[in-house]
Amino acid sequence: MGMTIEKLNEIQAKNRELVMVRKLIAEKSEEMAAHSKYRKQILVCGGTGCTSSGCQKVAAAFEAEIKEKKINDVLIVKTGCFGLCALGPIVIVYPEGAFYSQATPEGAKRIIDEHILGGKICKDLLYPETVHEDGEILPLSETKFYKKQMRIALKNCGVINPENIEEYIALDGYRALYKVVTSMSQDDVIDLMLASGLRGRGGAGFPTGKKWAFAKASKDEIKYVCCNADEGDPGAFMDRSILEGDPHALLEAMAIAGYTIGAKQGFIYVRAEYPIAVERLKIAIAQARKYGFLGRNIFGTGFEFDVEIRLGAGAFVCGEETALMTSIEGKRGEPRPRPPFPAVKGLFGKPTVLNNVETYANIAQIILNGAEWYSSIGTATSKGTKVFALGGKITNVGLVEVPMGTTLREIIEEIGGGIPGGKKFKAAQTGGPSGGCIPACHIDIPIDYEGLSQIGSMMGSGGLIIMDEDTCMVDIAKFYLEFTCDESCGKCSPCRIGTRRLLQLLDKITSGHGEMEDLEKIEDLSSHMGVSCLCALGQTASNPVVSTLRYFREEYVEHILEKKCAAKKCKDLVRYNVDPIKCRGCTLCARNCPAGAINGAIKQAHVIDHEKCIKCGLCLNNCKFGAIIKD
Amino acid sequence: MATETKSTFRGTPKQERELKKVIEKYKKIPGGLMPVLQEAQAIYGYLPVEVQKIIADGMGIHLSEVYGVATFYSQFSLTPKGEHIISVCLGTACYVKGADKILEAIEEELGIKSGECTADGMFSIEACRCLGACGLAPVMTVDGEVYGKCTPESAVEIIRSYMDKED
Amino acid sequence: MKKMINLTINNIPVCVPEGTTILQAAKQANIEIPSLCYLKDVNCIGSCRVCVVEVVGRRGLVASCVYPVEEGMKVLTNTPAVRKSRKTTIELILSTHHKKCLSCVRGNNCELQKLSYDYGIDEDRFKGEEPIYEIDKSTPCVVRDNNKCINCLRCVATCNNIQTIGAIGQIRRGFDVHIGSPFETGLGTTDCVGCGQCIVACPVGALYEKSNIDEVWDAISDPNKKVIFFTAPSIAATLGECFSMPVGTNVEGKMVTAIKMLGDVEVFNMNLTADLTIVEEANELIQRVSTAKPLPMFTSCCPGWIQFVEHNYPELIPNLSSCKSPQQMFGAVLKSYYCQKNNIDPKDLYVVSVIPCTAKKFETARDEMYNQGIADVDVAITTRELSRMIKGAGITFTSLPDTEFDSPFALASGAAAIFGATGGVMEAALRTAANLLDGTNEKVEFMDVRGTSGIKEATYRINGTDVDVCVASGLGNARKVIEMIKSGQKKYLFVEIMACPGGCVNGGGQPVQSDSVRNYTELKATRAGVLYNADSEGELRKSHENPIIKTLYDEYFEAPGKAKAHALLHTTYQSRK
Repeated sequence: MGMTIEKLNEIQAKNRELVMVRKLIAEKSEEMAAHSKYRKQILVCGGTGCTSSGCQKVAAAFEAEIKEKKINDVLIVKTGCFGLCALGPIVIVYPEGAFYSQATPEGAKRIIDEHILGGKICKDLLYPETVHEDGEILPLSETKFYKKQMRIALKNCGVINPENIEEYIALDGYRALYKVVTSMSQDDVIDLMLASGLRGRGGAGFPTGKKWAFAKASKDEIKYVCCNADEGDPGAFMDRSILEGDPHALLEAMAIAGYTIGAKQGFIYVRAEYPIAVERLKIAIAQARKYGFLGRNIFGTGFEFDVEIRLGAGAFVCGEETALMTSIEGKRGEPRPRPPFPAVKGLFGKPTVLNNVETYANIAQIILNGAEWYSSIGTATSKGTKVFALGGKITNVGLVEVPMGTTLREIIEEIGGGIPGGKKFKAAQTGGPSGGCIPACHIDIPIDYEGLSQIGSMMGSGGLIIMDEDTCMVDIAKFYLEFTCDESCGKCSPCRIGTRRLLQLLDKITSGHGEMEDLEKIEDLSSHMGVSCLCALGQTASNPVVSTLRYFREEYVEHILEKKCAAKKCKDLVRYNVDPIKCRGCTLCARNCPAGAINGAIKQAHVIDHEKCIKCGLCLNNCKFGAIIKD
Repeated sequence: MATETKSTFRGTPKQERELKKVIEKYKKIPGGLMPVLQEAQAIYGYLPVEVQKIIADGMGIHLSEVYGVATFYSQFSLTPKGEHIISVCLGTACYVKGADKILEAIEEELGIKSGECTADGMFSIEACRCLGACGLAPVMTVDGEVYGKCTPESAVEIIRSYMDKED
Repeated sequence: MKKMINLTINNIPVCVPEGTTILQAAKQANIEIPSLCYLKDVNCIGSCRVCVVEVVGRRGLVASCVYPVEEGMKVLTNTPAVRKSRKTTIELILSTHHKKCLSCVRGNNCELQKLSYDYGIDEDRFKGEEPIYEIDKSTPCVVRDNNKCINCLRCVATCNNIQTIGAIGQIRRGFDVHIGSPFETGLGTTDCVGCGQCIVACPVGALYEKSNIDEVWDAISDPNKKVIFFTAPSIAATLGECFSMPVGTNVEGKMVTAIKMLGDVEVFNMNLTADLTIVEEANELIQRVSTAKPLPMFTSCCPGWIQFVEHNYPELIPNLSSCKSPQQMFGAVLKSYYCQKNNIDPKDLYVVSVIPCTAKKFETARDEMYNQGIADVDVAITTRELSRMIKGAGITFTSLPDTEFDSPFALASGAAAIFGATGGVMEAALRTAANLLDGTNEKVEFMDVRGTSGIKEATYRINGTDVDVCVASGLGNARKVIEMIKSGQKKYLFVEIMACPGGCVNGGGQPVQSDSVRNYTELKATRAGVLYNADSEGELRKSHENPIIKTLYDEYFEAPGKAKAHALLHTTYQSRK
């Protein structure tokens, strides 16, 4: 249908109350709900994290209950990610804003009976943080996890039903596109983007406005807008959550980019490992076409734009912009030398703009709220917010969005809820395989592009992995190298061979054969790859090694000189022994040892033969007396 | 990553008709090879030489190019996969929480390595990249069903439950 | 007129057209930037990273082979950072390279070896796991040893982009990436036509011809065998390069002397059967026109091209001239007429053809090239193999005196000499056809079909009719011409096709010239120049005027296309699709 501003207003008005109930704090929300067709709304997270924890069954239980009990003034909404993935499945009941964590189908029954019908919130099922000591229920925004967060890119995630375009419209969706195509020139948009200070969220942080300006300046009948949704960093899932939770934000931003540079076609390159995201995108595209936000003559202006999805097939290097384009072209996803830059000669040889999902998720907000608003958030050089996928040894594993300049300490200790098991913080890894490890001494630096690169890491796409004292930094470096070595496309020689040789050197060290001169070789090879490789994958592949060597050199030296791994992670350097005092001679370990490495008579202390021991750790796990010592 | 295929090809005429329809759909679309390979793998379960030849002929490109693309992307398989596909996530979040131990335990349980298929064709194991379910690390999936917060013991239990289902 | 760009390279001002790369521009400052993956007109992907240079103001190093010059740019090609990077890259490449340099066919002619020497590298610094690959010997023409391959992709670019064969491609990725046939079943199972262009593109010893040298030595030392060598038109133009003589030196006399020094052998001039081919082919063309047989007629002297048609366009087989190639004609003449005349049992005659080509090795083994169980030609060896035999025999080639070819097959026309260059067969045929159809037409030089461009067209008025002809070299160009003909876009009477770009002077069996020669000089044209000089300097310039040809017909073959000629000098083809 041909979309007009009148129709847009009408749809928004029709749905606004319904959705606003979820946005407002409890009292206001309740007031609003009083006029609503629905007395209560039950929001069930349908993100990948919660799906994995079984949210489908929970949602089904809710549906069955309300059907069985013939409740018709309660709406069940499946949303995108709320962010607190470790505690999924997450359920929120509005207007109260009651935040239930680790929900179960049985819990769903109770919520219906006690809360929805009985009017009494099931306190014991709530996320404990939302229940104050005195028994009062706190709004979610007051919990440690959410308090310091600021949601721009994730604005709609966990709030709207991503499969319903009208809920997106209810929260000002497609209004930015209307504003752009009806009242702004291409240069106006570029100027606004430049003034906002928005920088690419995919890794290097190139100013988005500049990128668009270059592509706009290229003269060609055909141009393309691409979205990098090939989120490949292990441990990063920001983009996935946006795709799953707010797909229209991406489509709207791509259309705006298309208008700005003069492109009619967009491509979203998305990981095939994200089936839910792909499905929601497909639905969103179909709806956007139906409502006239994609297609010909958008808002009656003659502007034409459409979007196609292309699936990746499992190659991390395709996150590199030129490789992504070769992959869309149906070839081996190998990077191309630049220049020519994509803005001049990109996809199918045409001028192309490529941004990642999170970058796009900021666009409409900047258009609607202005550059001044956006640039007031963040630090001098890094504006706005950044979404991090917080993972590893941290209590609140999940998705967080914080203003640029937030410190690592705030993220770990406050938002993240600290490190479980009373362990000590050792390092945080940002930037994935291209980034580095930040040691405890830098825990108070404000996180922004420059700050991170100064301490040898990088923003990357936003994976933030927390490591405690049980982590061996040499092993972590090796883990990342294994990854890049596996994912190197093999086109340029420094990366193809360099990553493998670097990995071999690390292997040598973790297996107890390292020599001090290997460290020199590692440093030499790392700096070589940094300046000589063809693409960013190779140029940054050594960062995890370089940064751990910079901050944890003593661990490397310990592995080499003392043949010791303090974190007891490197198998070859670990030894199992029997504590003769604790050992009762029960023979359990000897009987279960797959290598026959444990000797000893009944009721006498046993001994492990180190020659035979394969370090499987079975004895340690089996011993009932804690007599096996790992060192 | 794709490796050599040695088993005999058992494609049906119906599958071939389906594949040709897919080829027809993407033949004229620039960059159509990737979606064709993806759909072909969905039809046949893997991409043996016979299938790649049909694709090369149908798309009018050299077999060497098709093969080059098929062996570049880790998602494409040249060998048939098991009836049940086990994926162990080796993303960072999972790794930090001991995913390597889980993979080892499953490998030992089934007597095959990652990337291989059991002799009875029942299971194949793959180590996969981040599934994005980091909140539940460490994670494994069986036939797409996600199992979070695994331990080596629970992982083996899960595999055994699939064996029991077969009986 | 392109815009000119000013920049400095090592502080030397340079002015080059826009779009020039740093590597090309540096030559103006008398600097040759080393490279491995770059090959002019063939491969330009910036992947080996040996050609890195510093561009002042730019982070990291850039690959000069793909980096276009910019106004005011300051390039430094010899800084410590550049030298260190190149050295480390070479060390890394060497760490996976099978360093069997002592026995390598490319020993002393290896680009990697030269770089290793120039940069004083440490062979073992990054020693580690080396991938091991099975050597692919599945075709009679080309051997591929991936243990030496450095993944520069020059062969892949040649096979896929220049020749459009696509017999090989990249397989897997990362450290495991390697080049090979689909499903690694060997080149012999692909549409490889054996042109050998991959060999001459290879910077190292990963590709070489399947050698037949031992068989030739065995035959020479066999007292029961009479051994005859004959050499193709372009051998004399290139053989000198194997002995460090300048490109473009005609060594015909030394070549004959050297071959005769290999043993008790006769050395004939294959140019003679090039003349014979022209007479047969011109006659066939005239017949085709008058009997309304399929046109255009395509030349058939190039075995790579023949296989290309058999694999890709079998429907065009009726358009191929049925004439055997000069090599096979010579073999047939020797094993029939010559044996009969000299009372030799054809079984005792061992015919060695020296050719610029690897595909000819396949041609000699074709079923169609056997007469009553006896091969027309016993073995075909390349220019490179001949040079190795000469070197192995300790012959100081450059100081040899000249010798003439042995009679009775010594004399040949200039038309035959130019067979070795693209357009040469066409020009030779035109000389004869024009003269045969119109006795007064003495036109000798047909300049429009000369030169190294890939596709050439011309229209000549012969005997009152306009004759449209086309010449293509390189199989990618051949494919273009065929598609134009099939779509009806073009109509020709006669089409010459050579599989190798530039024709046989640039054949897959020719001396391998390093990238520094191929990137900065006009190798094909310089080599072809030798042939055109030989033609213009000689008196006999038309094939049908060669007196030996007349004798052959008078004494044995009666007339072109007649029964005996047809049986021995013509052949058939088979679809291989």
